[in-house]
Amino acid sequence: MIELKGVNKVYKTGDVETWALKDISFKVNDGEFISIMGPSGSGKSTLMHIIGALDTPTSGEYLLDGKDVSKMADDELADIRNDKIGFVFQQFNLLPRITVFRNVMLPLIYAGTPKEAREESARKALISAALPENWWTHHSNQLSGGQMQRVAIARALVNNPTIILADEPTGNLDSKTGEIVLGTFQKLHEQGRTIVLITHELYVAEHAERIIHIVDGQVKSDSKSHPRRKISMKDYKD
Amino acid sequence: MEISELLQEAFSAVTLNKARSGLTILGIVIGIGSVIAMISIGQGAQGSITSSIQSIGSNLILITPGFQRTPGSQVSAGRGSAETLRQEDADAIANQVSMIQAVAPEITRRYQITALGKNTNTSVVGTVSSYPEVRNIQIDLGNFITDQNVKDGSKVAVLGPTTRDDLFGTGVDPTGKTIRINNINFQVVGVTVAKGGSGFGSQDDMIFVPISTAQRYLEGDTYVTTISVEAQDAQSMTQVQDQITSLLLERHHISDPTLADFQVLNQTDILSTASTITNTFTILLASIAGISLIVGGIGIMNMMLTTVTERTREIGLRKAIGAKKRDISTQFLIESVMLTFLGGIVGIILGWMLSMLVTYFAGITTSISWWSILLAFGVSAGIGIVFGYYPARRAASLNPIEALRYE
Repeated sequence: MIELKGVNKVYKTGDVETWALKDISFKVNDGEFISIMGPSGSGKSTLMHIIGALDTPTSGEYLLDGKDVSKMADDELADIRNDKIGFVFQQFNLLPRITVFRNVMLPLIYAGTPKEAREESARKALISAALPENWWTHHSNQLSGGQMQRVAIARALVNNPTIILADEPTGNLDSKTGEIVLGTFQKLHEQGRTIVLITHELYVAEHAERIIHIVDGQVKSDSKSHPRRKISMKDYKD
Repeated sequence: MEISELLQEAFSAVTLNKARSGLTILGIVIGIGSVIAMISIGQGAQGSITSSIQSIGSNLILITPGFQRTPGSQVSAGRGSAETLRQEDADAIANQVSMIQAVAPEITRRYQITALGKNTNTSVVGTVSSYPEVRNIQIDLGNFITDQNVKDGSKVAVLGPTTRDDLFGTGVDPTGKTIRINNINFQVVGVTVAKGGSGFGSQDDMIFVPISTAQRYLEGDTYVTTISVEAQDAQSMTQVQDQITSLLLERHHISDPTLADFQVLNQTDILSTASTITNTFTILLASIAGISLIVGGIGIMNMMLTTVTERTREIGLRKAIGAKKRDISTQFLIESVMLTFLGGIVGIILGWMLSMLVTYFAGITTSISWWSILLAFGVSAGIGIVFGYYPARRAASLNPIEALRYE
């Protein structure tokens, strides 16, 4: 469960103060699938960095599983990211010179998980992310965009995180592969995962159950997705 | 992060761009290679100097005359000039000093020598039968001077191989032939084995005669120029030296050791002086070679900085999925140490080949010691740490958000 209480983020350039986030408060319960939506410059990226423990708020509280993350030091934040957060990026950010399997295991290597357990988790994660097994030993730069994003999803799943944080996961994909990726998230949600999807496209946002709208660093609306889009995975067999 | 994982990551990063890694470690290869080669040349030189000093005898103590001083006067005629050592001093040393293997007094002076119309000018050494043992001389043809020769004052001579070559021609057996020293006829009874001319003057260009003969026919008195003493073993050297000093002081009625009219030289002192010289020489050569190591290290640092910039996004991703500062800096540090270590291995092989070539073409003895190889490994790993530290720290301190956005 994540909870933000009056979170502010202020950047200072000389004497000029820029308020990237102003008094943001909301809660995401376990098992929820939400979208954070807003135009570019709205502060949604800053919000994602704070939720993802890449950055800390200037003031306010951020509780992740009841733990206050807002005042942690760099290495403590690294532990939180390793343990509780799974990132999926627009650019995939896979390491090109190692195999798919090793890419997926990487968070567990930093967690210090023993080899056997690591391989077992990576296998499960790749199956959940629906990447066919014959691709597992390929180098990640031999994969298509959709496949790469599914490897990234597997990597996000591998440490069994509290939330999966996806930043424009379909931004670099064509609409068909984009739908497959969104369908994968939907399936993970059905399995009980908590997913936070950050996007500027309403169409993508509508795949979640709930949409938080951010404009000028403030929550403009927080409501159920209506109508909610559903993807039938039967249409996409590969 | 486990060490095997770190090594695997570093290895794949280093081998990703083989040409660049290869060129970068070339600096280390040349640096380590030249350090190894220089040290081996220095060590080889030290070895050959040491063995040439040891060829004049083992556990040798030399006693030479000191200043000539009139009692009560401060006028000195210079070291070695005095005629203060006598045959009796040598006999006394032989009889009274313990832990001695052999004693050989000698009188040396240069004379003009003639034989069958040829002539040469060389050192004539009047000595006793124990001389070959003390000064490490072997007989090639005939015999050395015997005790009987010394007792009788026989006019016999043993030639050094160079002198033999000069007077009779190379390889000729001159035993039984006659030579004239100072217009006195001597019969040649033997030739010594060539030792190679180095150390303290060539011992090959010499003529040995019985000491009694030299005193009676050539010198006309019983003073000796050097007394060579061979101690039992290396441990007893100092003790023998002390005993000789006090015995001679007593015999010469000198109470103040600083006014001694002789000096006692220990072979170990000569050896240690020579080692000091060759060590200095080795250090000088190695430090010149060491400069190229520093240049090589800067090359490594340059490459690592480029690598960190190129892999900014990767560093951002690693941080996002939970890598701590230490994980990142260790990864890059291991990469640079791996580079320098590889350079070190290739450099050791190169240095070894260089010293073989030096031995082959220049004829200088070289020897590669284990410590120089260990040193090379240590130094190359050290360079990796020193010059990899700054790039690694830079990588570790990158902000993950900015690193992920880096294009």
